[in-house]
Amino acid sequence: MSNPLDFTIDKSTKTALINREFDADLSLVWDAFTKQEILDQWWAPAPWSSKTKVMNFEVGGRRFYAMVSPEGQEHWSIQKYSSISPKTNFKFLNAFADENENPQLPGSEWDLTFSEQNGTTKVSVSIYNESLERMEKMIEMGFKEGFTMTMNSLEELLASLKNN
Amino acid sequence: MRRDIFQAIADPTRRAIITLIALQAMTPNAIADNFNTTRQSVSKHLRILTECQLVKQEQQGREIYYSLEIDKMKEIDKWIEQFRRIWETRFNQLDKVLSTIKNKKK
Repeated sequence: MSNPLDFTIDKSTKTALINREFDADLSLVWDAFTKQEILDQWWAPAPWSSKTKVMNFEVGGRRFYAMVSPEGQEHWSIQKYSSISPKTNFKFLNAFADENENPQLPGSEWDLTFSEQNGTTKVSVSIYNESLERMEKMIEMGFKEGFTMTMNSLEELLASLKNN
Repeated sequence: MRRDIFQAIADPTRRAIITLIALQAMTPNAIADNFNTTRQSVSKHLRILTECQLVKQEQQGREIYYSLEIDKMKEIDKWIEQFRRIWETRFNQLDKVLSTIKNKKK
């Protein structure tokens, strides 16, 4: 059983709030969010995959990555780190981009907070968007196809990934 | 100009109008009575809501009644549900990655 996802959209503040607990210690969860080799293993919802081209996890640094569709179509984004408090919090500005790293502004502002209690790590993500229309676009940007597959085949895929 | 449901619900007065007419069909005057604003301003909001197809108008005698298009409201729920599922899938994947790494360390 996976831990429940607490997901709310506050339309008045144009913010999406996502809370989730993980059965792992803080250092490991922090690494999973901040190291490219781990991030690329889970960031893209299957059957999409995540491909990071550049990542310097430091204030002023960036992650330039693509969500790759099963057909090989690439949707690029830039995440520019604006603040990092190790193992506690980091913030970035996310913008869609083309393959040459030209951003489409305005982007969305992400704020991620981490805390550990008794070996369980809680992650809180808040995503602020200037317009709700842009939030809608976040969905339209390629994810729809990914979710037409049934949850069953998704489970199978994850199981096979785990066995590799 | 493109109008969509997210534009409709982006404004607090329009959200309040939606809540009001969800309960019963109302005339523009009856709606305006609930707000500290001009009748023109309410008309403007009703026009936007109509353009977004979130409300429908019905003529009863000399009065026009506005009511909510329930099916259109459901589209918003559907969109939020999709967004939610992305995060659910993403974090379930992270669970597997974390447990794989933990097992390797042992």
